Amino acid sequence: MARSVNTQRKALNTAVAWAIGLLIFFPILWTILTSFKTEGQAISDPPVLFMFDWTLENYSVVLERSNYARFLWNSIFIAVGSTILGIIIAVPAAWSMAFVPSHRTKDILLWMLSTKMLPAVGVLYPIYLLFIKMGILDSRVGLVIVLMLINLPIIIWMLYTYFKEIPGEILEAARMDGASLKEEVLYVLTPMAIPGIASTVLLNIILAWNEAFWTLNLTAAKAAPLTAFIASYSSPEGLFFAKLSAASTMAIAPILILGWFSQKQLVRGLTFGAVK
Amino acid sequence: MYLSKTLTAATALSLIAASGAYAETLTIATVNNGDMIRMQGLTEDFTAKTGHTVEWVTLEENVLRSRVTTDITTKGGAFDIMTIGMYETPIWGKNGWLVPLDDLSAEYNIDDILPAMRGGLSYDGTMFAAPFYGESSMVMYRTDLMEAAGLEMPDAPSWAFIAKAARAMTDRDNEINGICLRGKAGWGEGGAFITAMSNSFGARWFDEEWNAQFDTREWSDTLNFYVNMMTDSGPAGYATNGFNENLSLFQQGKCGMWIDATVAASFVTNPTDSTVANKVGFTLAPDNGLGVRSNWLWAWALAIPAGTQKEAAAKEFIEWATSTGYIDLVAANEGWANVPPGARISLYENPNYQAVPFAQKTLDSILTADPNNSTVDPSPYVGVQFAAIPEFAGIATEVSQEFSAAYAGQQTVEEALAKAQAITNDAMEAAGYR
Repeated sequence: MARSVNTQRKALNTAVAWAIGLLIFFPILWTILTSFKTEGQAISDPPVLFMFDWTLENYSVVLERSNYARFLWNSIFIAVGSTILGIIIAVPAAWSMAFVPSHRTKDILLWMLSTKMLPAVGVLYPIYLLFIKMGILDSRVGLVIVLMLINLPIIIWMLYTYFKEIPGEILEAARMDGASLKEEVLYVLTPMAIPGIASTVLLNIILAWNEAFWTLNLTAAKAAPLTAFIASYSSPEGLFFAKLSAASTMAIAPILILGWFSQKQLVRGLTFGAVK
Repeated sequence: MYLSKTLTAATALSLIAASGAYAETLTIATVNNGDMIRMQGLTEDFTAKTGHTVEWVTLEENVLRSRVTTDITTKGGAFDIMTIGMYETPIWGKNGWLVPLDDLSAEYNIDDILPAMRGGLSYDGTMFAAPFYGESSMVMYRTDLMEAAGLEMPDAPSWAFIAKAARAMTDRDNEINGICLRGKAGWGEGGAFITAMSNSFGARWFDEEWNAQFDTREWSDTLNFYVNMMTDSGPAGYATNGFNENLSLFQQGKCGMWIDATVAASFVTNPTDSTVANKVGFTLAPDNGLGVRSNWLWAWALAIPAGTQKEAAAKEFIEWATSTGYIDLVAANEGWANVPPGARISLYENPNYQAVPFAQKTLDSILTADPNNSTVDPSPYVGVQFAAIPEFAGIATEVSQEFSAAYAGQQTVEEALAKAQAITNDAMEAAGYR
């Protein structure tokens, strides 16, 4: 009897989880479907879900009008570059906070997180002026730096959480065996924290990929990533929803695929330490 | 022999230097609309004629506005040419942020630009941006529904007629709304429409001392008339409808009338997208018997930020893109209905363009809008659907949010007007106008 109740509850939970999952995924599905419609079908009322004349015309127009490869390369460079740079800085920072904390460590962690609460537009002009002075306006290097700085608090927080789970005695043992600080971090700590570092990397690539404020405001023609590619198809005076959907689908496809294949690592990383 | 070699080398070097200085790559920031996209597709013609190449940065209107404002105020130099509107041009020109366009070539024929456009894109008599296309607003209506209602659209209707026709055309059972108008918050969306409409009701944003005027009977009449008419004859949820939402409704045959930008005429008469393409008539925006109509005036124009290193090439591009030659190029490639309208007098004298059904009404609408005398009572500002002061965009966005809340039934018209009065006066006081 108990088994039957459990099975029913399991089925119910599964159904609810699927329903919530589909609800969350629906806007993406709708965008993908719209990208295969004509502009007329895209705005039809009542809307059509599947029964329409499927067309690839929007993709053809978008590819003809925009240099998709350049936008894509810029996105990859900026997302991967800012994440790698962030990890290089964050690993030693998180190590020191996790294993050699001071009485101010928690305050520093909270302060770092509080910088995420600052509205980005509040520092737009200072950063823009700095970029002009440094000659890195509309450059990939400039965006790598700024996105790294924006995501650094999250990277440090995540790594700090993972490092806290690793027993300090193991590092002590390495030290007793004569490991230097560099060797301790590189050959003892890092291999043990690989799942955590992997999920941090994945999450930050996604965050950097989707970042739309700085990537739109600090670029022009050369360093513009896929966020600018999408923005170029949005218009308040003209119906370009199907083309906008095609551009959006092309922009999210790489990160969607990456997320799909790495979902296990992502979930594992994000729930690491959540349940003891 | 030595002299000959020296001369050859000198000639080669000077040729290389000259070609290097001449062939520039221009970065142009622009909006995403049909006319601008068409221009991007025809850029090869410019490159073939001048050797200069072009890199386009196309952005949504509001993103573009924010982006180019950041760049020009910091002298960032990210763009060699910017697409800006009638609101920004006089303000930026006054601040010395734009290169004056006072030395364009004789072939360009600057006197061919419509005076309303030239005036709106000038400061102190100097033109700072060249109109790529201009627009006003007008009534687009369904001829079949008007006939079925037993009414005939006048050449110059009044608001009373429009409201009567809207109620007569409304057929809720068949999802036909008598009238579709902008209600969406935003100074360039619903804010632009209600400001232009208020002009015809005798209202104004400011008196001559820069005091807000939302506590006047004229504003109350404007807003109450709009809300009553839209409640009786407008689509559900009109408080969130902007240009695109109304275009979609009209193209699907769900609006009897639509008062909006003249550029919409080419969309609603395009049989590929519009189900009512052959049933659309055009007429002037309505008035209220006070001598001012409710149509606006706008232009998307090309300007050169001061300090660009490529001023000469940028001027060449502007001359190419806003010339009569470009209009002919578009006509040859895309047909006369798709040429950028509202900028040049000669376009409206061209018999080919006169055959386009909405050409004359577009011109008439543009000619009846006067940014220097847009209100019944005198006002201290220039602009029809805006006041050309830097503070306006922020204030008008907040005010239009209050109006949209009233349209949505979240507050009364009187409450919205009281808030608009307070918001505007506070902002003007903080800015030092009062």
